[in-house]
Parts: sequence; structure tokens; C-alpha cells
Amino acid sequence: MEHPKQQTQNPMVTGTSVLGIQFDGGVLIAADLLGSYGSMAQMRQLQRVFKVNEKTVIGASGDYSDYQFLLEKIMQKVNQDNCLNDGYVYKPKQLFSWCTRVLYNRRSNFDPLWNRLVIAGLENEQPFLGCVDLLGNAYQAPCMATGYGNYLAVPIMREFLEKHNNRITEAQARDVIDRCMKLLYYRDGRAYDKYSIAIVTREGSRVEECKELQTNWSVASQISSYD
Amino acid sequence: MSGLIKEPEVGGFSFENCKRNEYLMTKGGFTVPKAIKTGTTIAGVIFKDGVVLGADTRATDGNIVAEKNCHKIHYIAPNIYCCGAGTAADTEYTTRMVASQLELHRLNSGRQVRVVSANRLLRQYLFRYQGHVSAALVLGGVDINGPYLGSIHPHGSSDRLPYVTMGSGSLAAMAVFEDRYKPDMSEEEAKELVADGIRAGIFNDLGSGSNVDLCVITKDRAEMIRPYHVANERGVKQGNYLYKRETTQVLKKFEKKVHYEVMSTNVKEIRPAAETMEIA
Repeated sequence: MEHPKQQTQNPMVTGTSVLGIQFDGGVLIAADLLGSYGSMAQMRQLQRVFKVNEKTVIGASGDYSDYQFLLEKIMQKVNQDNCLNDGYVYKPKQLFSWCTRVLYNRRSNFDPLWNRLVIAGLENEQPFLGCVDLLGNAYQAPCMATGYGNYLAVPIMREFLEKHNNRITEAQARDVIDRCMKLLYYRDGRAYDKYSIAIVTREGSRVEECKELQTNWSVASQISSYD
Repeated sequence: MSGLIKEPEVGGFSFENCKRNEYLMTKGGFTVPKAIKTGTTIAGVIFKDGVVLGADTRATDGNIVAEKNCHKIHYIAPNIYCCGAGTAADTEYTTRMVASQLELHRLNSGRQVRVVSANRLLRQYLFRYQGHVSAALVLGGVDINGPYLGSIHPHGSSDRLPYVTMGSGSLAAMAVFEDRYKPDMSEEEAKELVADGIRAGIFNDLGSGSNVDLCVITKDRAEMIRPYHVANERGVKQGNYLYKRETTQVLKKFEKKVHYEVMSTNVKEIRPAAETMEIA
């Protein structure tokens, strides 16, 4: 029997949360190094944050192959920029706008790229942090997270930013991100204890080498029975 | 042996009302009332001398806030309190039922109620109803064995832990606890930690809102602090929509008495119902 043409997919190899936070003079995003194959922790050295150019970084959760596809397209554009060599490079807001249109167009054809992207960088010396999802929903915020990070990390980040009036230093931002990655490792069933950070400051952008979380399991001694 | 604890029911699960409900919904022309859920963030933490329980105060009915300041921390015994998330009626009546059973038990035994008794009664009741009684509870208290804190899920499983959260805002509150819990806190630190967790739920979860209620239980006393923190104040209206007196010009004022006449008086005896009860 001939089936009608079907394109909606299910994500195969997936990444869990990506966290992003703005600080004074820049922005940083973080994602753990795990690619899950369903409930199996298959790939434990998967880089999910990527440097696009000196002003922009991108990270994604969701299907990893869709992310690789998108990254190729983005790198083709960056290469074009380099070839033209006229001093103009893709700024985060442009990339964000482009990604939104691509993702929305794909979902309108019932063939989504199953990702939630976090695009961060410096736009005219101002920190920029934006998120687009597989439906084309796009927004910007001083702190954000995808996946379970939305429920676990965002309350912590928001509380911290509010306490410091939305102005925090790079060191404080790194500390909050580390605490939030730890939380995710404790409470997200598809998280991992090694993560990497991509950071954009006025000096440029870079993806840093991976960090390992220092987790605290001492509470285990207080848990004995279910009764 | 009657009077100690209710006789256990024979024959397994009691779903007798389900058939009746089915009939009423389809043929009886009866519209099922929508359950009011407590969207909710509830949490509890053990500190040095006891337990602190916390809850928000919003009850939702679908997308509407049914009650802005509802009471989610229920009394079980003088030394035991229970926060409830899920269907409001289920949490209210389940906790009330267990409280009454425990009161009888306390009077019969002459001893302070232990929290494990409350846990067991709640768990066994909820398991019997296979999750249909939608009550997710955070049970806390202090008894002869020390402070006790545990969570009970609607299907009847329980966990005994140093810090627990339940409800739609549980992830936000748990994030705060995982970040900042440490063992052997003082009472003030514990209260602030629980309040922080509930506030995280209130501001980041749509099913939770309004104020923070706390209940502090130690060996000597149980203190309900309602509200501990009013997190959301009602805004002051910017405009006044009342017209001042004399906006419409008053031309003349007069008073007139309204006359009425009594037409008739009727004296009627209140009789009891026709059939009298037969006491055999």
C-alpha cells in the first residue's frame, strides 16, 4: 500500500540542555558533552557548542545530525565571508534571524530540524543571547536554557541575575553556569558531568576545553529507607 | 477490635463508584464537575531540630486561578503536618481522613503519633486506589524517633529524604535545594531555604503563585506561619472610577414616606414529615 509522503521525524541522537547567560562585557553558553541514543549514553565527547566567528557562538540541543547539517550551512556562509574579506562578518542577530527563518520554514513544510538553538555573541559591543526552537519560536533573554535546563537552571539563573540587577562579572557567570550544570547532572536523566563552554568577550570568542563537575553525594548517608 | 483503625476492606480494590460515574456521565445527563487542581509548589527540608514544610497558595481550575490564597499545608496530628499537591479535594479529604484515623489511634494507644504511621496509612490508601486519588504529598513531622520528612506519590510509593519537593513547581524548588541544601541548618536558614524554593516555584511556574506558607515542626511545637511571605501584592488601581458627589447637579431634595397597608395575616403550623421514622 502506498503511504503518503511522511517527513516528520523523531530525534535519534540527542543532546540535552544548553545554558546561556549574559555578563558585563560578554556572553557565555555551556552544554555537556553527551549524545544520548534514546536512554543510552552513547557519545560522551560530543561538542555541542561551536564558535562561528569572533563575534558569535552557537549551541544546540535536540537531534545532533540536524545540528550538524545546520552548522555546515552556517560554516559555508562564514567561509563566504572570509573569501569576500570585506570586513563584514555575520553578527549574532543576523545569524539568529537567519536560523529563525530556516527553522520556521522547515516546520511549515512539516519537516522540522529537531533542535533548539542558542545563539550568543556581541552585537555592536552589546551582549546578545537568543534562542530558536524547532517550531520557529524565537526570543531573547539575559539568561536561558533549553530542555530540562528551563525547569531546573533558569530559576537559579534568574534569581541570581535579579539579585545583581542584571549586571554580573564573567567570573560570577562561570560560577552560576557551573552550579546549574551540576544541578542538571543531579536531576536530568540524560545529562553528563563533563561540559564545555563557548564564550564571547570583546577580545573575541572561543570554545574552552571541557570541564568536569565536582559533584557532592554526601547526602546519600542521610537516605536509608522509604519509610 | 473496632475503633482502633478502620477494618481493612475485603476483596481488593473498591471501584464501586466508577460504574455509577460512567452511567451518570453518559446516560444520566450529569456534567462532571472539573477537578480543581492545586498547580503547586510544595517542599520540605530537615534541619537540625526538626522539619520545615512550605507551600505556595494558588489553586488552579484549568487555566484560571480558582483560589488566590488556598491552604495547602494540612494538619495530621499535633506533631505532623502534610502538604498536598494534585487534585485539591483529594489532598484535603485524604489528609483529613488519615488525621481522624490517627486521632483515634492516639486516643487508643495513649502515645504521641509517629510519622511512619501517617506515612503507612496514606501510602496504603493511595495504592489501593491505583493513582486515581490524585494526591502527591509532602509529609513532615517530629516524633520519638526524631525529625521525619518524606514524599508520597499518587500511586502509593514513598521516599524518605532530607529534602523533597512535589507539584508542578517541584523542579524549580528542587533546583534551589540541590544548590543550597546543607545538613544541620539552623531554623532561620531552613525557613529561608524553603521560602526560596517556594518562591522559585511561584515565579517560574505558572501553576504556582501568590504567597509562601510555612510550617515549622520541632520536638516542642508545630508553628503554622501563614503567610510567611506575601510574594505578590495586589496592584493599586491607577484611576478612580467613582464620580464625585455633585458631578450631576442636584436641583431639589425631598423625603417622602412610603405608605403600606397590611392586607392579610396568615398563621401556619410547621408540621414534621408525613411518615415518622420507625425505631424497631
